[in-house]
Amino acid sequence: MFALLKREILLSIRAGGGALTGVLFFLAVVSVFPFAVGPDTKLLTHLAPAVLWIGALLASLLGLDRLFAQEREDGSLDLLVMQPHPLAITIFIKAIAHWLMTGLPLVLATPLFGIMLNLSPLGIGATMITLLAGTPAIAFIGTVGAAVSVKLPRGGMLISVLVLPLVIPILIFGVAAITGALEDPAPFTSPFLFVCAITLFTSVIGPLAASVMLRHSAD
Amino acid sequence: MTTETIKPSIWAFANPTRFMGFANKAIPILAIITFILLAVGLWMSLNAPEDYQQGYTVLIMFIHVPAAWLAMMSYSVMSISAIGTIVWRHPLADVSLRSAAPLGAMFTILALATGSLWGKPMWGTWWEWDARMTSVLVLLIIYLGLIALAKAFDEPSEAALPLAVMTLTGFAIIPIIKFSVDWWNTLHQPASVSRFDRPAMGPEFLYPLLIMALAYMAIFFTLHMMSMRNEVLSRRIRTLKMQVARKPKTGEA
Repeated sequence: MFALLKREILLSIRAGGGALTGVLFFLAVVSVFPFAVGPDTKLLTHLAPAVLWIGALLASLLGLDRLFAQEREDGSLDLLVMQPHPLAITIFIKAIAHWLMTGLPLVLATPLFGIMLNLSPLGIGATMITLLAGTPAIAFIGTVGAAVSVKLPRGGMLISVLVLPLVIPILIFGVAAITGALEDPAPFTSPFLFVCAITLFTSVIGPLAASVMLRHSAD
Repeated sequence: MTTETIKPSIWAFANPTRFMGFANKAIPILAIITFILLAVGLWMSLNAPEDYQQGYTVLIMFIHVPAAWLAMMSYSVMSISAIGTIVWRHPLADVSLRSAAPLGAMFTILALATGSLWGKPMWGTWWEWDARMTSVLVLLIIYLGLIALAKAFDEPSEAALPLAVMTLTGFAIIPIIKFSVDWWNTLHQPASVSRFDRPAMGPEFLYPLLIMALAYMAIFFTLHMMSMRNEVLSRRIRTLKMQVARKPKTGEA
């Protein structure tokens, strides 16, 4: 298990800055928003949680199409499928590794972008916590998209189309939790717990569905 | 499976010829049922009394509500087919899933379009980011994504499992989307949205609505059966083409 985790992380680091590219993309998305909306600080502050979440969502979708495709190309996917322990666990580990390399850097970069968008410290903290709890779910659902399109030569766009509708709940509850933390009458705990619940739910259903798919696509 | 002891089960239809025989017989019957139900339903709908608040626009309900129901029923049919593909590898399950997806998308578009036409006179707007409408829109995106996935594979049989897995994953998550969208709306827009109070539905509205729902279901099953027949035929044509292409051309070289 840990060996696999280590292998995945090493691979993505040595393959050339997966994590950095994700953060760079995040920066690009965040900085595009003021151009579209206009440099109105008050409006930007109001939109900041949504902007940060959308940026994180799009950045998390980036590397998904390579999640299994690379392994299929060099043949190591068949070895992973033939391992004695359940394939779902292997996929779970791969999703965790993917999140560590794409999701976690975004969470760590959030304070910087939060300051740029004039978000209060409380808002930054809330955004970090909700992103920390929510982005793994994107990776877990993403495993299904990646497994489904593993045989497709150009699956990147298709994965996004398939995965985006399914991650809408995370976006809704994540932004709702941040709003709850910033504005008084709205609650923080219940939407945040929903984010956690969705992450846990998808951590089971995502790898399981992906493993059904991969087991039969191995040839 | 031994062919000599075919019991009347779903496995009997694993043989495409048998299915085609059944479909050829069933489609005319289904079409007649559809026609009768639709005629009766439309007649009853058009004779329904005017609503005291909405006037004639209430008639839109008879084509709008069944479309929305069918949009959800199509996804259920697809999910059952997906289980058929994953668990039993039933060859027709994939055909059924593929054929139901465009139908579901069409009913979803119909529900959105008629809802929009109904919303203009009633709410004063074509579109509102209301919980219901938004979740139906998401359902439409899911349908279109699945259709795109089905078309993305060169070999139709290779698309079977990916489609089934994606459909079932969607089925697990759609209730969450539905629920979360409801919740999202109540958070951001309290009662300010001009809520439309449905009249307590009297029998003069309920019966035409139910007949229309049955008629829509009959339309769905007729078209589904026809589209499955087309799919089987087009696969046969494909196989024949492949066979012809594989055969060395006589006369040349």
